[in-house]
Amino acid sequence: MESDKNRLVRQFMEAIPHAQALGILFENIGSGTAEMLMQYDKRFIGDPKTGVIHGGAVFALLDSCCGAAVLSHPEQKGLTATIDLRVDYMRPASPLQTLRARAQCYNITRSVAFVSAVALDDNDDKPVATATGAFVTGKS
Amino acid sequence: MLKPRPEPVQVVKQRRDAALAALVESIPYIQFLGVRFDRRGDELTAIMPFCDQLIGNPGLPALHGGAIAAFLEVSAVIELSWAGLWKEIESPTITPDQIKSGGLVSIPKTIDFSVDYLRTGLPRDAYARARVNRSGRRYASVFVEAWQDNKSRIIAQATGHFLMPEPH
Repeated sequence: MESDKNRLVRQFMEAIPHAQALGILFENIGSGTAEMLMQYDKRFIGDPKTGVIHGGAVFALLDSCCGAAVLSHPEQKGLTATIDLRVDYMRPASPLQTLRARAQCYNITRSVAFVSAVALDDNDDKPVATATGAFVTGKS
Repeated sequence: MLKPRPEPVQVVKQRRDAALAALVESIPYIQFLGVRFDRRGDELTAIMPFCDQLIGNPGLPALHGGAIAAFLEVSAVIELSWAGLWKEIESPTITPDQIKSGGLVSIPKTIDFSVDYLRTGLPRDAYARARVNRSGRRYASVFVEAWQDNKSRIIAQATGHFLMPEPH
């Protein structure tokens, strides 16, 4: 069962215009964890030769997913914002496949939340990209 | 021997602008973000005009961190490709049509991209300039920063590493 807080987080995240523009869908939201989907779209192509989507779209998916993981953390109150985020692109995302992102807020202090995330396509064994970042935590 | 007369300025400008437009138009994601590029000689400035679909926090409202990162990343990729193509555009051994067809130009692949968010992105146009700090045969390191109303008030900066395409 989704908690009241997580229902609010989901509603908030689903109302974000840029996430809507990218067609980002909520898959699951837990306690400091989040999962999201982004379907393949020709408009997101970054390399016309191969049809691989641009790193920027993957970055936006991972940033959204990390933000949702922070908001869903039991100790987080209020909104959040990204302080920094680093994405490592391990391999090109396979064209036509849906990307899945999973983020975990693994530590939270009074001012900072630490998050890591992974983006996968249909191949579960080899990540497309990983992310690590720091986010602002709301003052209680 | 007489030095050849320099090319007429319109010819030079037209060739450079056509090459830049062909490069930018070949990448669909740049159109999706609505990003354009201004050129002064070989210096590029990326412009991301504000539009509602770039919003990440409707309450403030503020630009989405992912949209800012994507803007920085396309600025870095175009700067790197542009710097690599410059000699060929000037020679000119490559034509805008060849760039457009995508056959000859390979886009560098991002290895990693690290973004510092310094200020909230306001619902305004954003600008970015990238600097190629090192471009070797296989790898390149690019720094890029973005601002809005004031050039001295940077909203975000990033460093990215890129895998250079094999020479064609």
